[in-house]
Amino acid sequence: MRPHPGRPGWLLLPAAVGLAFLTLPLLAIVLRVDWASFGSLVTSPSALTALALSLRTATASTCACLLLGVPLAVVLARSRGRAARLVRALVLLPLALPPVVGGLALLYTFGSRGLLGGVLALAGVEVAFTTVAVVLAQTFVALPFLVLSLEGALRSHGERYEVVAASLGAPPRTVLRRVTLPLVLPGLVSGSVLAFARALGEFGATITFAGSLEGTTATLPILIYLERVSDPDAAVALSLLLVLVAVAVIGFARPRGSTP
Amino acid sequence: MRRYAAAAAALALLAHLAGCRQEPAVELTVAAAASLREPLTTIAQRYEDEQPRGVPFRVRLTFAGSAELAAQLRAGAPFDVVATADEATMRALRDEGLVQRPVTFASNRMAIAVPQGNPAGVTSLEDLAAPDLRLVVCAVEVPCGASAEAVADGAGLALTPASREQSVTDVLGKVASGEAEAGLVYASDVRTADDVEGIEIPDHLNVTNSYPAAIAVGGDRETAHGFPEYLTSEAAQTALRDAGFAAP
Repeated sequence: MRPHPGRPGWLLLPAAVGLAFLTLPLLAIVLRVDWASFGSLVTSPSALTALALSLRTATASTCACLLLGVPLAVVLARSRGRAARLVRALVLLPLALPPVVGGLALLYTFGSRGLLGGVLALAGVEVAFTTVAVVLAQTFVALPFLVLSLEGALRSHGERYEVVAASLGAPPRTVLRRVTLPLVLPGLVSGSVLAFARALGEFGATITFAGSLEGTTATLPILIYLERVSDPDAAVALSLLLVLVAVAVIGFARPRGSTP
Repeated sequence: MRRYAAAAAALALLAHLAGCRQEPAVELTVAAAASLREPLTTIAQRYEDEQPRGVPFRVRLTFAGSAELAAQLRAGAPFDVVATADEATMRALRDEGLVQRPVTFASNRMAIAVPQGNPAGVTSLEDLAAPDLRLVVCAVEVPCGASAEAVADGAGLALTPASREQSVTDVLGKVASGEAEAGLVYASDVRTADDVEGIEIPDHLNVTNSYPAAIAVGGDRETAHGFPEYLTSEAAQTALRDAGFAAP
């Protein structure tokens, strides 16, 4: 390794230990897989149902994150003052919250006896034990990722171009559409991919809020949790599947090109 | 910089306070089925009180679905005594050499639990088969799920639950919070929970499951010695009866 002025040689040892700590458990999963039955285990009806459900809900959650997160990120990035700092702290709260606490909070909000339970019942909307509950849980935990990612990109690009566009006569909505968003597209894409990955892997909030029923609410992480008790081989095979999906996701998540 | 130092100090204090408890000299770790939470907590207290003074003795209880407990024991969890909600799970553990000499100490039957006020107006077992009812049961791998399925099969009913939970306490929790309109739980759960109402299942349609307890081979057998038998003593049986369990 070529010497670097800012990287002392001894730093490589703890770095290597850190890397080993992260990769050894993944290696353990790979070694534990029963390759003979791997194919049949990941293509079993329950596995395919859970995978389809996970992909469907994660996609829906990512869309919800975009619809809610882009406005939030733009507002946060282009606002100043104590109110903006408070809002940012609130938005990032689900990141520091244990997912099961998030699930409980969602239950007491959207559940049939929750804060909005009465309103939802009047509108004929039932959230408990439905796929909608899964999407709500995933959106709750994934939204901060998108907002954080996008707001960071917006801040780092500065407001120079927007000011110039406004001085040339563009109203704010045109500035947003034709200047701001295209500029932060890499950040938006990587934020969306991170949100998708987080939604796909969500477990604690989902099982607390949405319950667990094949095809409706039993996502792939929940299926793995259930299977590990009765069929450890299936659990390991499905875990490897999620690891591979995660690898693919991370491959897409890194923004291409250099940031200015 | 000062802000970070203050935060770090606060975190360190919290961690210290959380861990600041004197370690007892002798600890007995009992892993029990979720439905045993109430009676076993009382029994554990009585067992501690009956120990000779001088040597601090503590019973550590952990509750989960029986299938989960079995999985943990297989993975090497340091349990000294295991108590499951059915004999099938215990038999499997004994065949694998993980436990020895199970003692059956209680039995339980199924019951229907509904939230306070019975919003869906459930009156009998047959009502549970209604397709639009938000019914919650245990997963089939768990004893209460196997019993629920047996009850449904015996009555010739096809149930369409909204969720299959991993332990009976999860089912009870969903019914108590009003999320579910009905749930199939144990008679003991209905007896002890405050915010649910119980509907009896007629004897000829009901299923009884037996609760065995055994010493874990990989645990502290000396400390565990006598505890499974204690569960059949008068003191323990009274606690079990008060919690809605029946004799073994």
